[in-house]
Formats: sequence, structure tokens, C-alpha cells
Amino acid sequence: MNEKQETPLLFRKHRAEEWIGRIYTTFCVVLLIVIIVSIVYYVASKGVATFAINGVSLSQFLFGQTWQPDSNKFGALPFIFGSFVTSLLAAVIASPLSVCAALFMTEITPNWGKKVLQPVVELLAGIPSVVYGFIGLSVLVPFLRDVFPGQGIGVAAGSIVLSIMILPTITSIATDALSSLPRNLKEASYGLGATRWQTIAGVVIPTVLPSVLTGVVLGMARAFGEALAVQMVIGNAPHIPTSLFESASTLTSVITLNMSNTVMGSVQNNALWSMALILLLMTFVFVLIVRLLERRTRI
Amino acid sequence: MSAKVKDRIATGVIIFFSVLIIAILVGMLGYIMVRGISHIDWHFLTSEPETIKAGGGIGPELFNSVYLLILTLIITIPLGIGAGIYMAEYAKEGRITASIRLVVEVLSSFPSIVVGLFGLLVLVNTFNFGFSVLSGALVLTIFNMPLMVRVTEQAFHNVPIEQKEAGLAMGLSHWKIITSILFPVALPAIITGTILAAGRIFGEAAALLFTAGLTTPKLDFTDWNPTSLHSPINPLRPAETLSVHIWKVNSEGLSPDAAQIAAGASAVLVIMVLLFNLLARWIGRLLYRKFTSIK
Repeated sequence: MNEKQETPLLFRKHRAEEWIGRIYTTFCVVLLIVIIVSIVYYVASKGVATFAINGVSLSQFLFGQTWQPDSNKFGALPFIFGSFVTSLLAAVIASPLSVCAALFMTEITPNWGKKVLQPVVELLAGIPSVVYGFIGLSVLVPFLRDVFPGQGIGVAAGSIVLSIMILPTITSIATDALSSLPRNLKEASYGLGATRWQTIAGVVIPTVLPSVLTGVVLGMARAFGEALAVQMVIGNAPHIPTSLFESASTLTSVITLNMSNTVMGSVQNNALWSMALILLLMTFVFVLIVRLLERRTRI
Repeated sequence: MSAKVKDRIATGVIIFFSVLIIAILVGMLGYIMVRGISHIDWHFLTSEPETIKAGGGIGPELFNSVYLLILTLIITIPLGIGAGIYMAEYAKEGRITASIRLVVEVLSSFPSIVVGLFGLLVLVNTFNFGFSVLSGALVLTIFNMPLMVRVTEQAFHNVPIEQKEAGLAMGLSHWKIITSILFPVALPAIITGTILAAGRIFGEAAALLFTAGLTTPKLDFTDWNPTSLHSPINPLRPAETLSVHIWKVNSEGLSPDAAQIAAGASAVLVIMVLLFNLLARWIGRLLYRKFTSIK
């Protein structure tokens, strides 16, 4: 009898607890959605204003080559070009290095490699971007200036700094993919008398290629959005560079340098927001590509 | 070329590149330490920066970085863990959960400068927080929350299902199971993840340019009234952090020893990040031992 009286009370307490927990955690998740919706909304509304309110034509913005805000010329092509070139080059430099590091850790010396290279990669990931920029400015730029024509600052310096920054991203994803590879795949290849390299090139790499590409895309996404390190070494000239050692600009470096010098609501300021909108849209593109690649990995 | 020779060449190339990566890191750390540490002394760590003269320090910047970090963690930890628990325990596989997962993924890959601009528009201007520690902390929360969500979710998933079943068998409510059974077991992983994320926050700069600002008012460390402009703990004062200071000194520094200051400040920053890494490992191991009673 006693128990029967207690049960409803216990139930009520349970239910109250349950509700508090549910409401609190749901609130946290809803907050995430609110944040992302408001970021997209605010950046888009500012970015679109350039075309909707100030009447700059979209094609002039995307394909125009002259950036002269004083004479009303808002061609952002040099910056878009700079962003794509530096992040592509960074991926081209970093990918082979990362794949080699991943192979070293999983295929060649699993013990020693994991113990030494793994912490190295983690540390590279932890170093703040301004420190990369500072080292680029004080070591890499003088080196490039001495060895190659030009000032040292420019596309090459930017790409090299970015490639070291995205190396950990690609390496860790490639390492994960390599170490989750079923053993019998490799054993079958060795069983046929293949050498280690034949196994790696013929079996291992083709199998993990989608995952490695995922890493490369994530690395490119990071390089595309990186601001300060690039700004410090790229030179920030508003034109399309004709050589690797020529000064250039990226979307992020232009925003960094000009946002605080322009008046909120002016055409020039809105044009900077349009560039931020391009960055935002590119993030969606990168995430989409990653999703597509992941779908391929599963099959 | 025979297969064996090819194999040897390929192995050589792989080893060469791996050693190159190690050499890059050792070279960078060595450079930062050799150039930076000689510049670090008590005066450098505690005194005010100079704009034109040589001999400026990084005292206020160091304090700002730490203060901003603490404020960010106070805001992020409860929210991130809450959302992580939702994802691990309440979310049912379906379209809504998949879209929340997508939100977390997109949010963590937004360029920091775009999030900073959002902070400038919404926090600094619309909400009128101004260039302040609070704006900075809120914007860093946006970065840090996806990380916390992922860490928490992962930690909860790694708790053995038997623990949960035991709780259910005892007739506990789901929330009670979460808070008193699953959470303590997941805690070591959450703490480790939080410290690693904290290292990231400490080095962040691009977003703070537009939210926490590029200046610091003259700080009076005897004034603990949180509403006074010169009080170090006032959350509504502008605060230039260490990483922002490095960027500013490098790109527009006028003092003759700008390069040395950047080197010293970089060394301090790198040492802090190393400490965060070691701390995360150490605490992770310590708590793991405590909770699993493995000696």
C-alpha cells in the first residue's frame, strides 16, 4: 500500500527532471540554429546591398579587374583570383607532404612514426595563425627576396605559409583513413608478391583516395578563409599577379585591411560585405563537396 | 627499373618528406624560441606597450587574452555541453538531427573573419556592446560551441552502454542517468577537449580584430569596480589580445623594436599553446585514472 502512494510522487519528480533536462538541451541546440541563421541573414543582407541598393552590377563586381572605390569601380576579380590561387597552390604543396607523412605513420614505421610525427602534426595544428604570419614575414619573405626576383612578399609566400597551416588537417584525415583500412586488403597484395610501394600505389592509395580528397578540400576551405597570416605576407596589391613572386591580395586580406577604414553603409563598405558573402558561400560549397566525397567513401 | 628499386626510391621519398615536416616544426619552434625568449623578462611581460618608443611590453595584452579566454569558457561550456548532450542522448536519427549535424559542421568551418564581421555588425553595433571583451567572448563562443558539441557527443558515445542499462534497470529517469552516470564517465574526455579548444581560442585573432578591438584603455590593477573604464575586469572595455597585438605590431608597428616585440609575444603565445597541450594530456590521464580506477 505504501509503495502505491509513493509512486505518483516519484513519477512527478522524474517527469520534472526529465523536462528540465530536455528543455535545457533543446535550448542549446536551438541556439546553434539561431546563430547560423542570423550569420547568414546579416552577412547576406549587407552583402546584397551593394547590388540592390548601391546599384553596382554583379558582373562588374565578379569580373571587373579594377578596384578604385574613389572613382566608383568595384571590380573584385583580383581578390577572388588571389584567394583561389593561394588556396589551390597551398593544397598542391601540402597534399603530397601530408600523404607522405600519413603513409610514414601507418605503413612504414607505425611505432616510431606515430610517436614522433603525430605530436609534431598536432603541434603544427595548434600554432596560432599570427605566429605563422610572423615567421613567414621574418624568415620566408627575406629568403624568397634573396633567391627569386621580386620583393619576397606575394603569392608564393602566401601559399607556402598556408600550406604549412593546412598540413595537419590533411595529414590527420589521411592517417585516420589509412589506419582504418582492412588488413586483408594489404595482405592480399603482399601475398601476390607485390612490393610495399606497389601495394601502396596500387591498392592503398586508390582505396583511401576519397578520404584524402576530403582532407584536401577541408584544408583548402581553411586556406580560403584564413585572414591574418596571408595578409602579412601577400603584399596586398589590388591587381591580378602575373607571377608567383608578385604582390597580390585575397578576399580576406582586403576585408582585414579596409573594414575599419570605411564608413558603415557606404558603397565601399558594402562591397567588403559582398566579399564576406562570397567567403560564406564558398564555405557552403566546400562543405557540400566534403559531403559528396564522404558519401562516396561509404560505398 | 625493377619493382624493388622503385620501392626503395618511394620509401626514401616518403621518409624524406616526413623528416622535412619534422624539420619545419623544429626550425619554426627553434626560431621563435631563440629570437623570442631572449626578449622575455619580467618587464616585458608586465609593462604597457609603447607606440613609438622602444621597450614596450605586453602586460595588458597578456591579461586581456587570459580574461577573454575565461569569459569565453564560462559562456561556452554550459551551452556546448548542453547541445552535445542533446545530440548524444535525445536526438533521434532523422532529418532534423541530420540538419543539426550539418549546422554544426558548417558553423565550425565558417572563416573566422566572417564570424568576426557578424560580431561587428550584430554585437558591436546593433546590441551596442561596442568593441569590448564581451563582444569578443561572444564571438569566440560561436567558434567554440561546435567544437564543444562534438567533443561532448563523442565522449557520451564512448561511455559503455552497460552503464546506461544499469541506470535504467534501477528505475532512474533519463536525465538522472545523464547527469549522475554518463556525465562523470564522459567528463575526462570533455575536459581534455575543452583545454585543447582553449588553446585555439588563445591564438585566435582575425575575429577579435572587429569585436574586442585593437586598443586597450590604460588599466589600473587596483580598480576592481567592473563598471569603471580603467578596471581590468570591466567586460565592456575594449581589449587587444596577445595575438591581435602581434598582428598589429607586424603590420603597422612604429616602434623601432617592433620585430623583437613580435618575436617575444609569439614565443609567449607558443609557450602558452604548448602548456595547454601538455595540460590537456596530463589532466586527461589523471582523470581517466581516477574514474576508471586503473593504476
